[in-house]
Amino acid sequence: MDNTGRSLISLEGLDKKDILWLLDQAALFEAQPNRKILDGKIVATLFFEPSTRTRLSFETAVNRLGGRVIGFSDAATTSSTKGETLKDTIMMVSNYADLIIMRHYLEGAAKYASEVSPVPIINAGDGANQHPSQTMLDLYSMRKTQGRLDNLNICLVGDLKYGRTVHSMLTAMRFFNPTFHFISPDELKMPEEYKEYCCINGIKFEEHSILDHETIAQADILYMTRVQKERFTDLMEYERVKDSFILKNSMLEGTKDNLRIMHPLPRVNEISQDVDSNPKAYFFQQAKNGLFVREALICNALNLL
Amino acid sequence: MDTQKPALMVAALENGTVIDHIPSNKVFDVVNLLGLSKMDSPITIGANLTSHKMSTKGIIKIADRFLTEDECRKLSVIAPNIVMSTIRNYKVADKMTIQLPDVIRGTVRCQNPKCITNHEPMDTVFDVIDKQNGVLRCRYCNKDVNKSDIKLI
Repeated sequence: MDNTGRSLISLEGLDKKDILWLLDQAALFEAQPNRKILDGKIVATLFFEPSTRTRLSFETAVNRLGGRVIGFSDAATTSSTKGETLKDTIMMVSNYADLIIMRHYLEGAAKYASEVSPVPIINAGDGANQHPSQTMLDLYSMRKTQGRLDNLNICLVGDLKYGRTVHSMLTAMRFFNPTFHFISPDELKMPEEYKEYCCINGIKFEEHSILDHETIAQADILYMTRVQKERFTDLMEYERVKDSFILKNSMLEGTKDNLRIMHPLPRVNEISQDVDSNPKAYFFQQAKNGLFVREALICNALNLL
Repeated sequence: MDTQKPALMVAALENGTVIDHIPSNKVFDVVNLLGLSKMDSPITIGANLTSHKMSTKGIIKIADRFLTEDECRKLSVIAPNIVMSTIRNYKVADKMTIQLPDVIRGTVRCQNPKCITNHEPMDTVFDVIDKQNGVLRCRYCNKDVNKSDIKLI
C-alpha cells in the first residue's frame, strides 16, 4: 500500500497479493452491493476537473454503503478560483470528511494531498498521471470474464501514447504474464519508456499499425481507446488513419468465444453501435464493475475490510 | 638543464575552497551558482585545463569562502563528481567528492508544467534513478529529467 497511511494514489506500491485481495473484496461487494458499512461516515468527492462517470461511480458506491457525500464537481465553484492552495482546500475539507476522493487536473496533486491530509485520499485521476480505480476495475473485469488474470492475450487499441489507462494496465499486469498487442497509428504509438518497462519486466508485446482480423482472432481481451483528433500534429495523418481503428461487428467473426471488448468510456465512434448487441461487448458491464471495485477501495481506505 | 614541466602558477590559499575536476562546460555554471561575480575576495578560475582523467577540466579557487550544505547539494546536481577541498591555514582540512544523492529535495525544478510542484508552495522531490547519466524522476508527476535539462530553483 502507499506509504501515506491507507491512501490510494497509484498501484505502483501494490504487489500481486494486494491486487488479488482487493479484487476478491470487490467480488464480495458484487454479491452484496448494499450494506450499511459506511453508516455515520462522510466522504468528500473533490472534483477539480469534471468527470461525470468516475464521480457518479464513487458517489453511488458511498450511497450504497450507507455513507454521505459532500463535495463539488467543478473547481469553478470553489475557493481555488480565488487562489486558495490545494493544501488549504484539503486541510479545510479534512475537518469535515472521513475520506477524500479527488480528481485534479495537475499531475501529482493526489500524492501531495495525501502528504498534507490527516484523512486518507483516493486518487480519482491526476492529470495524465494515475487513475488507479480505473485500472482496478479493468483488472476486475478481465478476471471476471476470463476466470483468471494469468497468461491473457490482450490487444490495446487506439491512443497508446497519451492513454493513461493503458500505461497503468501494463504496470498492474506485470505480475500475470500477459501477451500484449499494441495497435495504434504511428503518431500515437506506445512510448519507448513503456516498451522498455515491458522488456525489463519480461512482458511480451508486439506492435501493429493496423487493427487486423488475424491479431483480434488470438485475443482474449480487446481494449479499445479513443483516437482523438487533437492529439495529432498532422491533421492529414488523422484523416488517413481515423477509420482504421474503428471496431465493427463484422470484424468479430471468427474471434475466440471468450473474447471480451472493453473500453474505459466515454466512447465516441471507435466502437460501432452495431457491436453493442454482440455478447462479446463488455464496456457497459465493465463500468458497472467499477462500482464494486470502488466500494472495496473506499472501505479499504477507511480500514473497514 | 631545466626538466620541470611548464606549470600554472597560482598563489596558495591560506583559507578557502578549491573546487576541482569541474567538467569544462560547467565551470561558469558553478561560478554563477556560487555568485562569485559579486565577491570581493581573490578568486582563480581555470577553464579548459588539461586533465589525465577528464581530458579537460575546470578548477576554481576561492579565498575566504566555505560552501554551505545547500551549495554543495546544488553543485552535486549541476556538476556531479567534482572534488571539493577546504583549506585552512594552507593545509587541506577536508577533501570530498560531491556526488549525486539518492534523493534531491527542494533544489531542482520539475520541467512538467502540469506538475503540482509548479503550482503549490511546496518542495520538489526527485529520486535519482540513474546516477551515471544523471537522470532524476519527479516523485509527484513521475516525469524524468535528464542532466542536460536540469534547472535549479
